[in-house]
Amino acid sequence: MKKSIRKWLVFLGATLALALIVASCGGSPSGSFKIIGSNTLTPLSSVWAEEFMATHSNVSISVSGPGTGPGIAALIDGTADIAQASRPITRNETAQAEAKGVHPYEIHVASDGLAVVVNPSNNVSVLTTAQLSAIYTCGITNWREVGGKNAPIVVLSRDTNSGSHDFFLQRIVQMQGLPSENKTLQYGPCVLFLASTEAGITEVTQNPNAIFYPGLGYVTNQTKILAIKKTASDPGVLCSKETVLDGTYYLARPLFYYTNGEPTGLVKEFIDYCLSSAGQEKVSEAGFIPLA
Amino acid sequence: MLKPKISSVVAGPKTENSLRRRLRLGERFVEGWIFLAGVLAIIILVGIIATLIKEGLPIFAYSSPWEFLFGAKWYPTSEPSTFGILPFFISTLMITLIATAAAVPIGVGCAAYLAEVAPTRVRETVKPIIELLAGIPSVMMGFIGLMLLSPLVRSIFHLNTGLCGLTAAIMLSLMSLPIIVSVSEDALRAVPKEFKEASYALGATKWETIRHVCVPAALSGISAAIMLGVGRAIGETMTVLMVAGGALAVPSSPTDPMTTMTAAIASGIGNAERGGLHYQALFAIGLILFVMTLGVNLIADRVLQRQKRKFAR
Repeated sequence: MKKSIRKWLVFLGATLALALIVASCGGSPSGSFKIIGSNTLTPLSSVWAEEFMATHSNVSISVSGPGTGPGIAALIDGTADIAQASRPITRNETAQAEAKGVHPYEIHVASDGLAVVVNPSNNVSVLTTAQLSAIYTCGITNWREVGGKNAPIVVLSRDTNSGSHDFFLQRIVQMQGLPSENKTLQYGPCVLFLASTEAGITEVTQNPNAIFYPGLGYVTNQTKILAIKKTASDPGVLCSKETVLDGTYYLARPLFYYTNGEPTGLVKEFIDYCLSSAGQEKVSEAGFIPLA
Repeated sequence: MLKPKISSVVAGPKTENSLRRRLRLGERFVEGWIFLAGVLAIIILVGIIATLIKEGLPIFAYSSPWEFLFGAKWYPTSEPSTFGILPFFISTLMITLIATAAAVPIGVGCAAYLAEVAPTRVRETVKPIIELLAGIPSVMMGFIGLMLLSPLVRSIFHLNTGLCGLTAAIMLSLMSLPIIVSVSEDALRAVPKEFKEASYALGATKWETIRHVCVPAALSGISAAIMLGVGRAIGETMTVLMVAGGALAVPSSPTDPMTTMTAAIASGIGNAERGGLHYQALFAIGLILFVMTLGVNLIADRVLQRQKRKFAR
């Protein structure tokens, strides 16, 4: 009765794959494999899979996005050939895999930049990581404290399903790698955890006091991107393809594929396509950032 | 003239016997099949309970049941993790109560109108439309809540954000309304005509008849309808996940953003490491949710029995 969107995506992916098997006939290499994992990466993997199947008519690829955790679990269980991940594999997961004789092999396939956005009517345009950390730990609760108007801050985040949740926690809330790093900090009680990036964008569009961190591909022109200062003395940097690629933007993260050992055969051919210039062109089209 | 009759009488038991044998065979088959179906339902139920217990109970080795149930801090991904489900428990309770309190009077009133007052033509058009409302997927209801209701709630109550428990409760009351209306209307219509006629014959008005005869007579059906509505409100996941706001603090008022138990499971299971502490904690929430719905059903059953006895007297 309560089907989640993700289950629908699984179903959609399966139907799509089936339809393409039926539609295909003739061609040289044949076979099928499954990509399971991150919700963030699903749109990109689907585009790659479709393009690859268009040129390899006997190949079928199914893509589903229940989340990074289930994807890696599927790789360990042998039900997925590729696990797509928006965070690196954890030590625990590697240990579980090794115990089952699976050797996760990491391939960096694209990058993503997390933009910090507010409502266009908000007059704040730059924040330091320390200020963002204070906002997300509920130390700063009014826009006045960061140079805005006198209004409460509505702090929006993704829920723990999302790789972005962990990434933002480490990089912004705990200020990883900065002099002010504090590993004990957590999202505060004032933070709203949303089930989807779209919900956050909708709320920022409607609510003049909201702040949120969507992936660059989700940013619309009804929201305003804030510049981020790594420390108070650094210049403010806006999230864009250029700043992520040249490494000046702080909130950039890699997106991975994991296979069992080095990829071989058909899976290798597919990943080679993803990493080729034609494949990387699709990365920009899907709203992500191609490898440099 | 008599002969055929006699022959038919003679032939009767023979054909009847073979027919009975065939019927018995068919009946045996159907009986067996139904029995298997019943057993299967029990096996599935036991399987679900076993899975919940197997995956969920180990969390209590890490965090005591007291800490788990009454802890206000839920930090599943930090080191060390803290699991306290009090905020989710209070949120579920708050949203379910408000949704039920809003849906029951409207639903039962609507059912009484349709069953007793409305002309046949009105009833025959309105009831299918209300039942159609039950067919709207919960994602759509969540979407409507997100786009239309939450800005409205925000401006009416002057809140920081419209993503809060109240918005979720309003959406849930809309979702349980069709079930309550449809099932109570059926129950009210099943009240024997004689009851109402007797009431009218004693000079009771329409309102008095509905209030003192129809509703008490249909009470078991109406209670069932309400329980179905409450069940839907407790178990509904997608809509509350989308509009309740998802804050992890213990809510102090319905206008605070909050996370229900179902939303906590749905929003965490996707990234939980299989067999890890977070995974176990989510299954334990599922177990508690199961115990809660079981409790609601048992209480409802008790109330129903008592009402039935009272009415029989």
